[in-house]
Amino acid sequence: MNVVVCVKQIPDPADPGALNPDHTLKRDGKLILDESDTYGVEMALQLVDKAGEGEVTLVSMAPNGEVSGLRQALAMGAAKAILVSDDAIAGAGALDTAKVLAAAIGKAEGYDLVLAATESSDGYTGTVPEQVAALLDLPSVTFAKEVDIADGTVKVRRQTEEGYDVCESPLPALVSVTAGVVEPRYPSFKGIMAAKSKPLDTLTISDLGIDGDAVGWSGAGQEIVDVSPAPEREAGEVIEDDGEAHAKIVEFLDGLKVL
Amino acid sequence: MALSKIWVHCEVSEDTIAPITLEVLAKARTLTDQVEAFVGGPGDAVAETLGAHGVKKVHATGDLQGGMQGVHVAAALAAAIEGGEAPDLVMFGSTYDGRDIAARLSVKLDKPVITNNTDVEEDGDSIVVSEPIFGGTEIVKTKFAAGGPALATFRPKSFEAEEAGGGAAEVAELAVPEVGAAGAAKILDRHIEETSGPKLDEAAVVVSGGRGLGESDKFDMIEQLAKLLKGAPGASRAIVDAGWVPYAYQVGQTGKVVKPTVYIAAGISGATQHMVGMKGSKNIVAINKDPEAPIFGVADLGIVGDVHKVLPKLIEALQAR
Repeated sequence: MNVVVCVKQIPDPADPGALNPDHTLKRDGKLILDESDTYGVEMALQLVDKAGEGEVTLVSMAPNGEVSGLRQALAMGAAKAILVSDDAIAGAGALDTAKVLAAAIGKAEGYDLVLAATESSDGYTGTVPEQVAALLDLPSVTFAKEVDIADGTVKVRRQTEEGYDVCESPLPALVSVTAGVVEPRYPSFKGIMAAKSKPLDTLTISDLGIDGDAVGWSGAGQEIVDVSPAPEREAGEVIEDDGEAHAKIVEFLDGLKVL
Repeated sequence: MALSKIWVHCEVSEDTIAPITLEVLAKARTLTDQVEAFVGGPGDAVAETLGAHGVKKVHATGDLQGGMQGVHVAAALAAAIEGGEAPDLVMFGSTYDGRDIAARLSVKLDKPVITNNTDVEEDGDSIVVSEPIFGGTEIVKTKFAAGGPALATFRPKSFEAEEAGGGAAEVAELAVPEVGAAGAAKILDRHIEETSGPKLDEAAVVVSGGRGLGESDKFDMIEQLAKLLKGAPGASRAIVDAGWVPYAYQVGQTGKVVKPTVYIAAGISGATQHMVGMKGSKNIVAINKDPEAPIFGVADLGIVGDVHKVLPKLIEALQAR
């Protein structure tokens, strides 16, 4: 049971985001493993454990050779990582990202399953998993709440607008998992030490046979024409609760005639 | 230039069209008279409602026999587009199936899809979409530069649905080509989770709880208050991830977008993820211990106080009425 997990290293979401003059997201500070991806990594580790054989391979893309997020996932227990880092991918949109990830996944031989988060916490386009699946010609199920594997088949409970669907696919397949699907483990001290010596291959896009003009700004097929502040919502009255604040709320609701 | 033709993804559950589809249709009609819809399923049951919302023609795949929408509908659209039916713009909801189809189609056509938009406009010969970023504090406008058709998904509640008063839409077959191995995933069974009271994204009053509640059984207060106000209970991502309440309660970027008359946020600090989902509410009441909580920046009435003290009194006062 070999599982590939797509992971993204992102600026800390606790810091306010900012754009560079060329409209790319600022990534100057230390990047961290996207919390959404920790669920995919944990799910992969559990599936490999349950199968009793195989390993977890990480695949990621970053413009500046950043590996700290990958080290975190390796410390959780993934066996190895492939990082695609190249100046040419600056400005890459979701489709470009999917092309690079799909090519990198192609380097991870003999995988049974590809896992990803449903969307990243920075760009949140939510299309990359399906684009990767389409490029690899894999069946796929998105928004998984539960994932089970038996007899070459993956069974998934898929979140829907009204409840959930029970879905099934033969392997190999791609599954995107929602936050909260499993409880991600914290890396142990032993895991952190072991992660330092695990294989981490850094590739350029030419190593993957991708033309630099085909991805990033030159290949984007979209152009940002304006970034401006959204109309602000004005703050109203803020009061300290003196034991009677509930009455103020009732009065407010009365005024709106919702009672 | 007026757009010559727009296609809109029609989402259907048990023969009922999802509100997002009708919202997007209303916007599409402002851009062209030639609005067509497509559905990954039978078309007859939706033709009348779609017609009433200005759709001239609905392209329907017929029953997908448990196949996933993404791969089949995208293949059918790509074939129709390559066969000469190309619209200028294909509009989807930012929903589970909408994103899947748009993503697969973008690979088939090798064109970008721009997601999570709240508006679309024509600018000369170009189509420009608007997407809020950083929790809705900034708006990015993006132009499609790869030639048509432009692919874009739109957040729920971005537009207001409105009937246009047309007759039933014509139903045309949307042929699904052979999709090979990629089509092997199947839906075996569907489960509808029964909820009582109004739906979260349709309720006039929403009462949401967050981590400030302290522990999961305190969410009872949220349920109780929502019931008293004939509203729906909601939640921040933090307590959904913590397993206190199901995902269906989540208000935010990755949950439901709500625009009720009144939104009450109890013990929610106002992370950008949450603000995206509730900022459009007409009136916001926030209760939080931390006077610096970002939620107070958008609240019409902010109460700096302990939810464990304020909520029980509020519930009692409402019960007494």
